[in-house]
Parts: sequence; structure tokens; C-alpha cells
Amino acid sequence: MNQRILPYLLVAPAVVFLGAFFIVPLVQTIVLSFDGGGTGNALGNYSRMVNDLNFGVSLRNTFMLVLVVVPLQLAMALAMGMMLQKIERGREMVLWIWTIPLGVSDLAAGLVWLALLQNTGYINSALFHLGLLDGPTPWLNSETPVTLFAAIVLAEVWRATAVVLIVIVAGLQTIPKEFGEAAEIFGAKPWRKFTRITLPLLKPSIQSALILRTVLAFEVFAAVYALGGRNFPVLVGEAYTWQNENQNYGVAAAYAVLIMVISLAATLVWLKALRTNPETQA
Amino acid sequence: MTRSGRFLLWSGIVALCAWVLVPIYLIGVGAFGGRAAAFRWPKGILPVNTSLDQILVFLRIEGVANAAMNSLIAAGLTMLFSLLLGAPAGYALARFSFRGADAFRLMVLLTRAFPLAILALPLTVIFIKTGLYDTPLGVSLVHTALALPFATLVTAGLFQGIPREFEEAAWVFGCTRFQAIRKVVLPLALPGLAASAVFAFVISWNEVFAASVLTVRERTLTAYLLTVLSESPIHYRFAGGFILIVPSIVFIFAVRRYLFALWGVTSR
Amino acid sequence: MAGIVIDRIEKTFGTAKALDAVSLTVADGEFVALLGPSGCGKTTLLRIIAGLESRSGGRVLIGDRDVSDLRPADRGLAMVFQNYAVFPHMTVFENVAFGLRTKNAPEEKVRRNVMRAAELLHIEPYLERYPAKLSGGQRQRVAVARALAVEPAVLLMDEPLSNLDALLRLEMRADLKRVLQEAGTTTVYVTHDQTEAMGLADRIAVMHSGRIVQCDTPMTVYAAPATTFVGGFVGSPPMNFVPIRNEDGRARLDGFEATAPGTGELLLGFRGEDVRIDAPERGLSFAVAVAEPMGSHVLLTGTIADKLVRVVAPTGIRVAAGERIGIVPDPERVVWMSPETGAALPRIIS
Repeated sequence: MNQRILPYLLVAPAVVFLGAFFIVPLVQTIVLSFDGGGTGNALGNYSRMVNDLNFGVSLRNTFMLVLVVVPLQLAMALAMGMMLQKIERGREMVLWIWTIPLGVSDLAAGLVWLALLQNTGYINSALFHLGLLDGPTPWLNSETPVTLFAAIVLAEVWRATAVVLIVIVAGLQTIPKEFGEAAEIFGAKPWRKFTRITLPLLKPSIQSALILRTVLAFEVFAAVYALGGRNFPVLVGEAYTWQNENQNYGVAAAYAVLIMVISLAATLVWLKALRTNPETQA
Repeated sequence: MTRSGRFLLWSGIVALCAWVLVPIYLIGVGAFGGRAAAFRWPKGILPVNTSLDQILVFLRIEGVANAAMNSLIAAGLTMLFSLLLGAPAGYALARFSFRGADAFRLMVLLTRAFPLAILALPLTVIFIKTGLYDTPLGVSLVHTALALPFATLVTAGLFQGIPREFEEAAWVFGCTRFQAIRKVVLPLALPGLAASAVFAFVISWNEVFAASVLTVRERTLTAYLLTVLSESPIHYRFAGGFILIVPSIVFIFAVRRYLFALWGVTSR
Repeated sequence: MAGIVIDRIEKTFGTAKALDAVSLTVADGEFVALLGPSGCGKTTLLRIIAGLESRSGGRVLIGDRDVSDLRPADRGLAMVFQNYAVFPHMTVFENVAFGLRTKNAPEEKVRRNVMRAAELLHIEPYLERYPAKLSGGQRQRVAVARALAVEPAVLLMDEPLSNLDALLRLEMRADLKRVLQEAGTTTVYVTHDQTEAMGLADRIAVMHSGRIVQCDTPMTVYAAPATTFVGGFVGSPPMNFVPIRNEDGRARLDGFEATAPGTGELLLGFRGEDVRIDAPERGLSFAVAVAEPMGSHVLLTGTIADKLVRVVAPTGIRVAAGERIGIVPDPERVVWMSPETGAALPRIIS
């Protein structure tokens, strides 16, 4: 077979597929969102979206979640990665346990934390045993927005820190041990070693972990529903409601475009904020 | 490291292991405990009157078994499609330098900046027209779009790790390109290919949004659980959550050697 | 058995010329080494012969058959790769049998050829093992056995010893020589190590910047390099070149004088071991910078007319850094080069 066309034949199926199920729906979503929704105004869907009661709340809720969850996950993953660096025996086992949540869906994670946090759940039982509660107490309804928010944060941190951890550990493995040893010989204390050697060399990994996580965090939906139902509106949940329950595809598309724009903006922010000079990397 | 430092380190490690494992254990207790356990107050840490029956009762609820079946079919198809499409593309990226290779790589990477599942929204209309709506096949197509970028980049890394000389040696000793791939490359790539297949399976098995949007009767397990969430008793929710978790954990255990290839390679 | 004709092979990468109309004829049963520094094009040339690399021009003939457009599989050759390329998922036996199996050779022949090749390379004890359990040297033997088992018309070897440690390389070199002499296969052998080329080859083709600058027997390449590059690349220490002036057919520098071709400025080339040490006023005036005792001899590094020169002196010589001594090259063994072109001038038979 001709050597020149062979690579094109090999990538063609993937390109066609991604064209059909990534590019086409992408364009369709954008077109659909501007169809006016029968109002004659191209921005009709957007104005319906913005004027909806839940819009402001869901936007605020989603951003709050991302802003709390993502930094928490990065900090935890860094700490876990550094701990793994320090141990030899049992490293494989610990790493496996810590990455188990990778295989858990957001819906299941929500249900897991529901088991712990529901009225008669384990956390309440523990608090009762400690004498801190008098009886079953609800945490996850609309009257307790703060604890509901905290519960969602818990579920998200529990589920998705593993992805960040994997990327961080992979990055740590590419940093030669000698750098840290050299720093130690010149008298650097552990914290200084971490901030001056490890973090800067880890920047590309941190960047890709943040991009990955931020985009996914803006899609948060199932865990929220499992824990709080409609009590805590988020953007993707609204898109889902408009599509499946209100059968209004235009407004759902407007939500989708909004989420896409936010995701892309977040990616660009991370690309710019954590830009690395390739020459300064190991 | 000092003794106290070592103690502190291992306390932290054990605490974080507990942080991961205890919630899974507790939903397991909930799933096997049935109604009585779900409403017991106050709860102890040990399981009470657990039995397999509780899970079986859940599985016999109308729609659950069908949903689980749909999930399996969709995930199996996703696995198949993403490998059939992704592995050749990965091979091309690993072995050839061709005009457009960088553009293709960029397109694959770009998918990650998009909330792909949400792109299922406009597909509803086309899927209704083409009869793909409300079928595991339709769901698997969207899930393949999610898994394909991973499959492509992971297999590219995999093939890159197999020295080109192995293939060249095979050519010199009488193989065609296809024979060389069959006799030399595939046997060496097999474990990695299996790992990325499993990974595609897990992506599909866990996906909620697209599956919920694209099905009404032929729900996948996640879509089914999501729709019945508000009206189902709490111990059924635990059973559903537990059934969702188990295969994923088994799969992640099976591919644990390749976790870095799956996430590490694709993270650069 | 077959000879190879390489006919004006060209290879360009973008605008860079990797091979510039290279021609070379290898006789049936001959062992030719392609010798040169990295980037000289020797591996590219070998891979073009093998059919693993496309060419920009020219032809390759094997046994009078134009194979330029054939796939590697159809060229009737075998190859030994630098990193061995022994398949890790097959036993040693299956590795050695690989070429025969792809050609659907009868089982009896497979067994016979594999056993013979294994015996030749002393790898019979490992036939049922997997390569992961073998050392680098053993894997190298498997790679050679795999190549010989198909009884190729032509054997190509790409730096086959460069991944071995020094001692093993010496041992393997001797074994290779024995095995290839017994097999009598036409061989093209790529290396950057001049001692390997000297020790193994019937002829050495020295390559530089995409051309063959000299192709001759090892002794001729060593004693009569065609260019200053060859003189500097072949031999250790490299040949010394000292600028010298030729008036009326006699070249003179310091206390040294010899009959020389051409006129005006010349380069005098001599090997470090082809010299006599004498008093400072006789011969070339050599300022010793370093004296390194090597056991069998003493290596002296210094300058003559500000040019770096290395000479070999007998053990027991007493010289110290900073001293001046006289160096008298053997007039029978000196070469004369043009300083402009770097090419050798014809020797004058006096």
C-alpha cells in the first residue's frame, strides 16, 4: 500500500467520527441556541435563559462549587503525591486505593455520600453517639443550603481528586531525584524544596490537571441531584431540565453554549496563567 | 526521617485510605441491609441483617435488569468502537510523520476543553429521525466520542513504546506491513490495548447526562437511577449506587498498571 | 550469494543532502564496512539498501537484480539491528526461525537451519528461553543467528556491537569474524568505530557528509588516507598534520627535510608511531605538553609549529612537560596533503 496515503486512511475513521459526533453537534448546538425559540429574536433563547428564576442561582452555585472544589482537589492531590514520594513499601497498594474513585461515576458518588449524610445516616449516627445531636437531623434540603453545599463539595472532592492525583504523580515521576538531593545538599528545608524545586517543575502537570478538572467540574450535575435533588440548581442540571422536562431544546442549547464558553474560557485562563517556557523544564 | 515524622506520614496515608474506602464500605452495608438498615437509628459501623436478597430484590424491580443490560451493551459497544477507531489513528500518530498529524492531535486534545456529553443535546433530533434515539447503540456513539480521544492518544503512546525496529525486522524477514502488525506489534500492545478498552468501558458505564438525554424507555443504569431518584426509597438508591460502583472498581483494579499510561500520557 | 551494486544513490531531507550520489560495489562474499562519524549518512545508506528508507535517486542492485522498488521482504537480505530488535514475545527458537516461518519453509528445514545458526553462535542452551532473560551479548547473538538462519544473499549490520560493553564487544567481534567467514555471506557493516572496521572488513568505505571519501583495504586506508579527514578519523591516535613549506622539491621545517610533491605550502602527515625521537635540533621541534605512560608505550601530546601533535614513544623515555624534543617521521611512511583541498598528493617514489 502507498506509504503516503496509509496514515490518512488510518486516521480517517477517527476524524470522520469526531467530525460527526463532536464538530457537527457543536455547530448544531450553537445554531440551535440562536434560533430564537419562536420569539423572532435571535437571542430569544438566551433571554429566556437569563430571565429564568433558576439561572442566576445555578450560575452562582456552579461557580462556587468549581472555586471551592478544584483548589481543594489540587491541594489534596499535591499532598498525596508528596506522601507517595516518601514511601517505598506499600506504595502500589496505597496508590491503588487512592485511585479507586476514578472508576466511580458522579451519580454513584452522590449516592455514596447520601448514605453517609441522610437524616438517619452514618454521620448523624456518629454525632449522636458523641452526644452532639439529639436525633435524626436533615442536612440536605433547601433549608440547609450551607450543609448541602458542603455535602456536594465532599462528594466531588472524594470522587474526582484521583484524576488530579494521577496527573500529579505522573509529573512527579518525571522530576529527577537529583534535583531535590542537590537542593538538600545546599541546605534547603523541605518546604523550600517543595516550593522552589518541585512546584515549578510540576507546573505543566498542574496545568493539565487543572484544565481537565475545571472543564469537568463545570459539568457537575449527577452528584448534585443525588444529594439534593432540585434544591441546589446547577447549570448542567438546568440544561437537562429544559431539554427533558420542558422539551425546550433551544434554551437547553443556550445553556450548553454558556457552559462551553465558560469551559473554554477556563482552559484559556489556565493556559495563560500557568504558561511554561519549554526551555526551563527538565 | 524521624520516628515521629514517619508516624505522622503513615497516619496521614491511613486516614486518606479510610477517606476513600469507608464511604464505599458504608454504601455496601446500606445496599445489603435493605429497608430496615436504611432507617435504623442510630446506626453502628457494623453491618446488621445484611443479605444478598436485598440486592436481588432491587434487581427484580421492573426496569432495573433491563437498564443494567443496556448499560452493559452501550459500554461494550463503546469499548469496541473507540478501539476500532482509536487504535489505527494512534498507530498512524506513532509511526508516521504526515501533513496534518499535528492538526489531528490538536483536534483530539481540543475535545477535552469541551463538555462533550452536553453536545448530546442537539443529537436528540437526528437520533429520533434515524432510529438511534432510545437505543444503547445511540448512547454508545456519544460515549465513543468521549472515549475516542483517550483511546487515540493512549494507543499512540503504546505503539510509540514498541520500537520501530521490531517492525522493520519483521519486514526484512519477510512480512508485509499488515503481517508485521499482526505478528509483532499487536501481541506486544495487547495488554495496553485491553487497558484502554476497559477504560472506555468505564467511561460509558459511568456517564449520566448524555445517556439520560438520549433515552426514555431503554434507559442505561445511570439514566434509570437518575430519573427514578426522587421517587425511589432510599435503600434502593444505595443498592443502585453500589451496583454502579462495583464493576468500576474491579476494572480500575484490572488496569491499575496502566493508569499512568491512560492519564499520564494523555495529560501532556 | 550475491554482490551489491549501489549506483548513484541520493537522499535529500528537505533541502539537506544526506547522500550525494553515492556509488559502491560490493563483491560476492565480500565484507565491506561503512565507517564514518554520526550524521555522515552511513545508516541512511544501509537502510536504503534494506528498503527501509526511501531514496531520492539512484539504484540498488543485489545479484544483478534491480531491487530499488522492492519491499524489504523481497530483496533477499537479512539485517542485524543496532538494538537487536529481538522479539520479546517469542522464544529464542521462534526468533531465529522467524524469517523461515514467514517464508513458509518446511518444518524440517526450519529446525535444521535454526540449529545450525544456533550452533554457530553458541546459543543452543537458550533456545527455549524468552529474550527478556538474556544478556545484551546473548540477544546480539540471537539477532545474528536470526539473520544467518534465512541463508541470506546479503547481510546488513547496523552498528551491531555498539550497545555492548567493551569486553563483550571484543569477544563478539572475534566471533562475528569467525562466523561470517564460515558463512561467506556478502556483508555490509555500518560502524563509527574504526577498530571494528579495521578488524572485520575486507574493505572500508569511509563516509563523510553524505559521500564515500575513500574505499580501500583497511591497511591502505590506514597508511595512505585519501584526505586529511580519513587520516584524522582512522587510527588512534589520529594522524598528525603539520604545515610545511616545499621549495625546489624539498620540504623543510625546523631540522626536518624530505622530498615532497607539489610546491609551496603543504601538509605533512604522519602517524604517531612512525617516528623516531631525537635531539631537539634534529627533526621537527616538538614542545611536549603532556606525557602519558600507557604501559606498552608512552603517549606524548604537544605542538609542532603550533599544531597539536600526538606521538608514541617507547616506554622508559624520559621527557617532562615543557621540554623540547626532536621528532623525525619515517620518510617512507609520511603522506603529503594539499592544505586547500585536504586531499592527498601523489607520493614521489624517490
